[in-house]
Amino acid sequence: MRARWNARVLGQALALGIVAAALWWLGRNTRTNLEQRGLSLGFDFLANPANFDIGDTGGLPFRSENSFARAILVGLVNTARVAAAGCVLSIVVGFVLGVLRLSHNRALRGVVRSAVELMRNTPLLLLLLFLAATLHAMPSPRNALQPLPGVFLSDRGLALPLFDRPHLVGFNFVGGMVLSPEFAALLGALVMHHAAHVSEIVRGAILGVPRAQIDAAVALGLSRGKAFRFVVIPQALRAMVPLLATACVSLTKNSSLAVAIGFPDVVSVLNTTANQTGHSIETMLIMIGVYLTLSLVVAAFMNRYNARLLRTGT
Amino acid sequence: MTALRAHRLVACLALAGIAACSGGEAGDAAGAPAGDARGQGATLRAVRARGAVKCGITQGAGFATADDSGRWRGFDVDFCRALAVAIFDDSSKVQLVPYTQQQRFAGLQSGDVDLLVNGSSMTSSRALERSFHFGPVYFYDGQGFLAPKSSKVARAAQLDGATVCVQQGTTTELNLADFARRNGITFKPVVMEDLRGAVDALAGGRCDAISQDGAGLATTRTMLRNPNEYVILPDRISKEPIAPVLRFGDDQWLEVVNWVFRAPVAAEEFGISRATVASAAQSSDPSVRRFLGLEPGITDGFGLNARWTYNVIAAVGNYGEIFERNLGPKTPLGMERGLNKLWTEGGLMYSPPFR
Repeated sequence: MRARWNARVLGQALALGIVAAALWWLGRNTRTNLEQRGLSLGFDFLANPANFDIGDTGGLPFRSENSFARAILVGLVNTARVAAAGCVLSIVVGFVLGVLRLSHNRALRGVVRSAVELMRNTPLLLLLLFLAATLHAMPSPRNALQPLPGVFLSDRGLALPLFDRPHLVGFNFVGGMVLSPEFAALLGALVMHHAAHVSEIVRGAILGVPRAQIDAAVALGLSRGKAFRFVVIPQALRAMVPLLATACVSLTKNSSLAVAIGFPDVVSVLNTTANQTGHSIETMLIMIGVYLTLSLVVAAFMNRYNARLLRTGT
Repeated sequence: MTALRAHRLVACLALAGIAACSGGEAGDAAGAPAGDARGQGATLRAVRARGAVKCGITQGAGFATADDSGRWRGFDVDFCRALAVAIFDDSSKVQLVPYTQQQRFAGLQSGDVDLLVNGSSMTSSRALERSFHFGPVYFYDGQGFLAPKSSKVARAAQLDGATVCVQQGTTTELNLADFARRNGITFKPVVMEDLRGAVDALAGGRCDAISQDGAGLATTRTMLRNPNEYVILPDRISKEPIAPVLRFGDDQWLEVVNWVFRAPVAAEEFGISRATVASAAQSSDPSVRRFLGLEPGITDGFGLNARWTYNVIAAVGNYGEIFERNLGPKTPLGMERGLNKLWTEGGLMYSPPFR
């Protein structure tokens, strides 16, 4: 017994040692190479003025004389708002699609199934480029559609009245809140792609609830709808929440495809920063830190919800 | 050694895109093997051992494009070929590595290529902060705007409030912000990863204008479905001296590149073209004879063939010929020489003497 314990500790120590040695070697190699090129590591550059503009700042004031740190913050806010909205919407849409796929109506089931298969099997990037091109084909700001008073839809995005009414000045709408077409395309593509995944998770979780549960509920006199709501869904939720968390995390990471259509997310801003300053390693580290933090935050939220679910479930 | 390289590759992959990946490091400095692209004289040695010059380019009409048969052509490509001719007397001994604006400097730093000939502007921060050398300026350019004629914009300052598409990873974003601040106007930039995206956005009306280097605008205009509906505004909001980019630490390679890039300009100054280079070699003019490598001790350093200048002109022609063939009025780009005329004709092209 004791010998086995010793062997295990030894094995772990060895593994740890190898990882530490690899990290040390990587670090040393990087430093030597940087020194050879007269480059230095450090995050001081973050305080320097960025000297570039950001088109879509998500409401955060930003001017080109602001620092790189602030520019990165704007990018982070852009990533966060896409990820948050995307997560909520894809779960809602995915849930509805998942339930509809189990409908008794054959035609409805077929339509939903083909929609889901189409969205799930189209590469996300393709979907993104397609949506961006579609939104670019909207009318120009001068000929903007006005579905509601004060709401303008054009190839510059959706201008909504918030605090004041948007109005056209020269080339673009000023005032109100403007959702850029890039934001809309990115959100749309992420939601379509991930909602399809979520619908499969939902369908699987519902089908995973034993058939006998429904039979028992019906035998107790519950209607089919009530049986579904009070018996099936609560049990299915437990099975799906950890998977939904994974879906949210991957949506957050996939939002970095924003670069392809010109949405200034944190990756886009960090790319520009790296290019202007040459601090590729530092920006890469920031990028890793950002995505790790975002993923952990999303996972933590979902885990807490899951824990609550398990507690009330028993 | 092989195992060590494999490890390094893994580390490079782990740190993908980071400038720290290199062909060699402190450990190999002692031997400085032929394949190592670092240190004094190492680049030329590596080029000779490989049997080809590795040239980082960026695809673009007129500057670097593959033709129907897959052969690379263009202004930048011709300068890469000039290097191959000077070293190997064979214009096919080049390996062209296409980069996006984003990847180019990491590609050069990591030793993937021997130099960049891809429209990079010479700037102080790239030289002083990022440790790059620049060869001679072989193209003078400036950033401008391309806008649809229907917007009735004649000057850049009228673009206040406009949405402007730019390509990521260039000085374009900075120049745009500077220009806006200088003139008290605002732009909404939409930053695209590649040019195609920016062009589509302009064509679709998402952007009111595209901002790029003048040469880039001429290329971009040819990519639009109706080029005649777009106009390049006359303003130039920045100075873009385009020069080959090299790593620090190999003076010999820098000088080889310097003089190979100057040779076509010198040839134009002498009035020597592809067609006349053979007869020029019969000339009794001592400066022409020196330039064409007919006098010893002028062009034969570093183990180069003394006749390399002759070979370069015979293969790619003089600067004017390279320009006219790839960018001039007879090409789809239809560019004027402008600042790129010889200094004797009011331009900035000037070669130091070959003697």
